[in-house]
Amino acid sequence: MSDAALDMGKPAEEVEDISYLRAGHSLRSWFLTTDHKRIAILYLVSIVFFFLIGGAAAAMIRLDLLTPAGDLMTNEGYNRAFSLHGIIMVWFFLIPSIPNTIGNFIIPLMIGARDLAFPRLNLLSWYIYIVAGFIALAVVLGGGVDTGWTFYTPLSTMYANGMVAATVIAVFISGFSTILTGINFIVTIHKLRAPGMTWSRLPLFIWSHYAVSIIFVLATPVLAITLLLVAAERLFGIGVFDPALGGDPLLFQHLFWFYSHPAVYIMVLPAMGVISELITSAAHKRIFGYWFVAIASIAIAVIGFLVWGHHMFVSGQSLYASAVFSFLSVAVAVPSAIKVYNWTATLYKGDIMIDAPLLFALGFIGLFVAGGLTGLMLAMLAIDVHVHDTYFVVAHFHYIMVGGTVTAFFGALHYWWPKITGRLYNETLARIAAIVILVGFNVTFFPQFMLGYEGMPRRYHVYPPEFQLLQVISSAGAALLAVGYAMPAFYLLWSLKKGPRAPANPWGATGLEWTTSSPPPKHNFTQQPVVVRGPYDYPLEHPASRANA
Amino acid sequence: MKGLLIQLGLVWVALLILLAATVIAAHLPLGAAKPWISYAIAFAKAALILWVFMEMRKEGAIARLAMMAAMVWLIMMMTLSASDYLTRGWLSG
Repeated sequence: MSDAALDMGKPAEEVEDISYLRAGHSLRSWFLTTDHKRIAILYLVSIVFFFLIGGAAAAMIRLDLLTPAGDLMTNEGYNRAFSLHGIIMVWFFLIPSIPNTIGNFIIPLMIGARDLAFPRLNLLSWYIYIVAGFIALAVVLGGGVDTGWTFYTPLSTMYANGMVAATVIAVFISGFSTILTGINFIVTIHKLRAPGMTWSRLPLFIWSHYAVSIIFVLATPVLAITLLLVAAERLFGIGVFDPALGGDPLLFQHLFWFYSHPAVYIMVLPAMGVISELITSAAHKRIFGYWFVAIASIAIAVIGFLVWGHHMFVSGQSLYASAVFSFLSVAVAVPSAIKVYNWTATLYKGDIMIDAPLLFALGFIGLFVAGGLTGLMLAMLAIDVHVHDTYFVVAHFHYIMVGGTVTAFFGALHYWWPKITGRLYNETLARIAAIVILVGFNVTFFPQFMLGYEGMPRRYHVYPPEFQLLQVISSAGAALLAVGYAMPAFYLLWSLKKGPRAPANPWGATGLEWTTSSPPPKHNFTQQPVVVRGPYDYPLEHPASRANA
Repeated sequence: MKGLLIQLGLVWVALLILLAATVIAAHLPLGAAKPWISYAIAFAKAALILWVFMEMRKEGAIARLAMMAAMVWLIMMMTLSASDYLTRGWLSG
């Protein structure tokens, strides 16, 4: 990847200097836009809204767990609170978080395209997401659902008395949004690359989004059909999962996890793409082992489809199948580890500037390693029997989904904020926020590993008093984490009004997105970029612009 | 246009006949052959839909490759699910 850079010498068909933010100020210009950058902003506002709702449910859960008697909520209310938290966070925040906001904005810029391949489909995707989100909100207002985000049968089909059918319809509809995004990204990456942007010159952010798009397209339909079958059995008594009607409850788990385990990679693969960009930019160094990192993304996407049975070790699944799934689950750690080693090797002897994006990236690596290694423990049959359905599992997946994905999302937001808005934020506050989030996260979730290993089951709000200390520490950490998450909202919004104007390339980074103005013009480039080198061709010395940023 | 409609109509009739075959097979005492007959009928239905309704017979290599990828993923899902269903009795046996 030694030969990166570009030649901006070719005249574009259409030259426009006006920024995309100034290309219309009416509501119509936003809600009927087909500009990928504006749609990314629409998504950003939407997912932050859902993040607040999911976060409010998490706050209620952590408050309730302060006392062993579950004094704040009823049993039913607690069930509905954690179900709401999971459903909103997984489908309406985490899955669209990086791809639909940062990915939507950056992918065409990174590959030198004017927009995504199907701009109207992109807007349709957002509208579908919003319709699904409002149905989910209606469910909340209508009393909620108490199945957990997993909708396990026979609870969801026979016993749950919440609004199960409406909820699964909401998730079903949101799946179409995901599929449309996946198709759009795949076609864009195949067909709209700038001249000279060969596959070996693609930034690793693009490779990870290509991999995640494959999962979008291949996994989401399985979830959609599975949830429709749940609704069909619940509403019309069609026997699919009920043994009395000739069905099999474990069939639901097979189909659900065939989607939902790859969904973990839907959440974390884009985050990995972000980290590759942040690390190389901060270290001012070429990525160590470009092809290994790129192919590792594809390998994670493929192997991630073969491991779902590790969620079912204690469900009654055949021991032989469990052994196969255990082996495959361990195998998926290999490409993940390759990425971690390569990021670390990239930092080695790098010309490192410790800005906020790097702090978020380092936080990601540490938290992802902790989440990944505990994932290996959970892939072991014997250990899984001990900690299955305990807080150990809760801590593990929060280390991946929140410690990994949300931290990377914040890192991406800080890294590309100058490009998105044309403004620079307060770097000191951003560094403090990154540290507060890292500390708050660990204080929240590390005690949950101990709780789980000691036997505290998940989804219970009444618990033995000996667990209270760790629960209180966890809740205190959640308060700190909430402060850390709130801080960027203030200084980033403040930067929109008062922040200094950002230059085109405040980080001194390589990559096509940094060659256009901040914020970019409506059609991204005033001249057609022509790529003549690979993506991480950093000079040995710091550029002056970087020191001044 | 007329030829296309006739073709689609014929495929639709074929699908209905295959559906009837599915229902009849479900009620006949076919023993161990019953699931395999059902799979064969399902395969024929899927092939007709792919080849005619989804127009795979007219598509180029990339579209066919994408279709094949979906099939491979389906096979992965069914094979690993079967690894559970087909081996559940092994320990007790």
